[in-house]
Amino acid sequence: MSENQNPPAGTSKDVTAAPEAGTAVGPADRFPDPGVPEHKKRLTDTDPHAAKRAERTVTILFVASILGTIGSIVAYVMVPPDGTTSGVRLSTLLLGLGLTVSLLGIGIAGIHWAKALMGDREFVQERHTLATQGEDRETAIKDLNEGLEDSGVVGRRGVLKGAFFGALALFPIAIAVPLIGSVGGDWNISQFKHTMWKRGMRLAIDPSGRPIKASDVTVGSVFHVVPETTEAYRETHDWITEKSKAVVLMVRLNPEDLRTDQSPEGETWSHEGIVAYSKICTHVGCPVALYEQQTHHLLCPCHQSTFDIADSAKVVFGPANRRLPQLPITVDDEGYLVAQDDFAEPIGPSFWERLK
Amino acid sequence: MAEQQRPTGLGKAADYLDQRTSIGLAVKEFARKVFPDHWSFMLGEIALFSFVVLIASGFFLTMFFEPSMALVRYEGEHPASMHGQLMSAAFHSTVDMSFEVRGGLLMRQIHHWAALIFVASIVVHMFRVFFTGAFRKPREINWLVGAVMLVLALAAGFTGYSLPDDVLSGNGLRIIDGVVKSIPVIGSFTSFLVFGGEFPGEHIVPRLFTLHIFVIPGLLIALIALHLFLMVLQKHTQYPGGGRTDKNVVGYPAMPVYVAKMTGNFFIVAGVLALMGATMSINNVWNYGPYDPSPVSAGTQPDWYILFVDGALRLMPGPGWEWVIGGYTLSMNLLIPALIVPGILFTLLFGWPFLEAKVTGDHREHHVLDRPRNRPVRTAMGVALLVAFVVCALAATNDLIATHFSLDIFAITWVLRVLLFVGPVFAFWLTKRVCLGLQRKDRELVLHGHESGRIVRFANGEYVEVHTPLDEEERWLRVNYDSPAPLEITPLTDARGVRRKGYRSDRRWQKVSRFFYEDRVSPVTPAELEAAHSHGQHDTIEAKEPTGAGSVAGQRRRR
Repeated sequence: MSENQNPPAGTSKDVTAAPEAGTAVGPADRFPDPGVPEHKKRLTDTDPHAAKRAERTVTILFVASILGTIGSIVAYVMVPPDGTTSGVRLSTLLLGLGLTVSLLGIGIAGIHWAKALMGDREFVQERHTLATQGEDRETAIKDLNEGLEDSGVVGRRGVLKGAFFGALALFPIAIAVPLIGSVGGDWNISQFKHTMWKRGMRLAIDPSGRPIKASDVTVGSVFHVVPETTEAYRETHDWITEKSKAVVLMVRLNPEDLRTDQSPEGETWSHEGIVAYSKICTHVGCPVALYEQQTHHLLCPCHQSTFDIADSAKVVFGPANRRLPQLPITVDDEGYLVAQDDFAEPIGPSFWERLK
Repeated sequence: MAEQQRPTGLGKAADYLDQRTSIGLAVKEFARKVFPDHWSFMLGEIALFSFVVLIASGFFLTMFFEPSMALVRYEGEHPASMHGQLMSAAFHSTVDMSFEVRGGLLMRQIHHWAALIFVASIVVHMFRVFFTGAFRKPREINWLVGAVMLVLALAAGFTGYSLPDDVLSGNGLRIIDGVVKSIPVIGSFTSFLVFGGEFPGEHIVPRLFTLHIFVIPGLLIALIALHLFLMVLQKHTQYPGGGRTDKNVVGYPAMPVYVAKMTGNFFIVAGVLALMGATMSINNVWNYGPYDPSPVSAGTQPDWYILFVDGALRLMPGPGWEWVIGGYTLSMNLLIPALIVPGILFTLLFGWPFLEAKVTGDHREHHVLDRPRNRPVRTAMGVALLVAFVVCALAATNDLIATHFSLDIFAITWVLRVLLFVGPVFAFWLTKRVCLGLQRKDRELVLHGHESGRIVRFANGEYVEVHTPLDEEERWLRVNYDSPAPLEITPLTDARGVRRKGYRSDRRWQKVSRFFYEDRVSPVTPAELEAAHSHGQHDTIEAKEPTGAGSVAGQRRRR
């Protein structure tokens, strides 16, 4: 019963302090451990033919691996990718299959070798208590105490210790400040509140950049809109960042279907049923791209926030809390759609200072 | 030294090394070190080996990947859809290495599959450790090391996913940006810190690259080393069985069995990943195109291990959950699913070993694993967590469910919202009942033996079914466990009526402990077995069993 391994809780608090405490419950409460089961011989232990067969199988598997390696080299030389998608796929497939056989051959051979031919007797080894025992422990404690004693700071030299820990705690700041200071660029988070839309800026089709005439927008059609800019600007990083905020989805509804939009008293933000809303979801900022003509619902494909275009783009379902901000639009003298101004509120997902 | 009498090549080399490094000591210590054997101990190995595959295939990819967001025009003819497009150098080099570099696409696909398998095997390995109680003393530290590695694995997956700078990963980053911005007070600044300015900027790819190929793998390698060192130092746990105790380790020697098995396992893992990379295309970035803030494709899901966060984001209702306090905006509709839910998950994960030790009042070392049924509440908690995870992951595919089964997406979302709360509670209740039922079944078997299917008729016309008793080995498995009782605490006042400190805290812990251990099934004791035998005695003696007294004693009347 000394191998009684799981004494009930409460009878033994610490296996290191009282290794035999588990037996306190008394032998009658526990069944005896039957011991390690008897070793059963495998077929390969008793039958030399089986052993020979296993040996042959392992050898064949290693040979298969070698053939796989050769096969992949052959594939590399004979089937180069010709640039087309199918050519690339074929090359990938053949190279990969060669590699697969080469690897699996070794793997399966190794396992089979271990299982069928290597010794399969179980051994029992003792575990040692992890906590340091007896003299070792005492020596360690003594050494530690002596070391602390020699340092001369235990219980005294408080100012020195304070200075030491203070210096240690502070020095990373000398590295962290320049790092963190620079890593965020100009830290001008007020940029979240503005986009590049300005009064009179024409609405253009994404990605061609062609400005849109109001007369070209038929009822029910959807336009993915960006501000009109120069071709050269559209090849800069600045553009990608600005576009991330400025993209707009424009729809023309039957004017009688358009129940409300976001224009305040005395202003008109839409033009003859044409409404333009920020395409950036107010949830986490995915482009809201799925428009359903019948219901006038706009669905975000990322998390299914659904907005009603006919009703000032308010949230009808999903995890978004706020309606999509509306871009106030009108037409210019030449009949092109233009913005009246920037969005009246920050676009995209919420942030702490959004209303400040 | 040991090889001196046979001066073979190996012996000479060993001697040469030993003369200079005393490697003999290490060989003596480790060559025949015993490791217990069980298929489930392989799960952690799979994680380790897929990590090795990740390093190897990742090295290949770094030879051709250009971590830069500089804008370039794609001049190549193939794929035709990319011709003439403006894109980042990162995306350009990703397409290039897929189409121009021989084996490049293979390595990309192996790398991506290996990443998915890496995280999957970590998670399954952790479930194994959890359900068998392998995290108990002395392995709490190693559990923490493992949990940190899980976080790092997720970070590695995410940073890698974002490198090609395609439409999919760009939108993934945009979601991260949205989540980061929702953090109170520091959210906006954190977004600037991550992107070096406004999203997407031109810094994020090189930054993620450094994290992905240097910082995260470096930390992972260090922690893997620590994880394995602790495993060897503490010796592996073993499943219960005859001769297996908390003071020994029963198994096969490292050399040659484990060397062969582990090497074999490595090549099998690598081989399967190669097969996946060869035959299953993944992340064809040229179909998505370079990142552009405007387009997005419907029916896209993140890699599987991010599904639960994405699903939580989808399930959370929006209206009414954005609070404005003193003019500052607090987006609970983001904070709850994206930060609080994973926060709870990881707090539970990190804290569980300590919570369980506390409510069990247990300070002993454990090296023999639990059968999951013998810890009903722990097992039930694990299953409940799993169910919550699956519900959230399903929610992240609600659009696919809707289109594939022609269901209403709003209805699916509502069903999943309800399931997220009901599912885990039901799963907890059911699993706990199943565990207790299995424990009772174990008791029943030990006390009364197996049904033999043999009916015996007595002279007086009475019928009984003969039961065969369990052999020692089978019985040992069913009686050799611990069934902890709820904590008992010292009363508020001692014999002299003096109140003690800490009573209220003790009482709270006792309540938690009751939740864990109130319903319990104790293992059969020899005395109980004795009693059960004598109970059936009078029938069986009359039955005159030919199999001998031992088995006669194990029979009982079947009512």
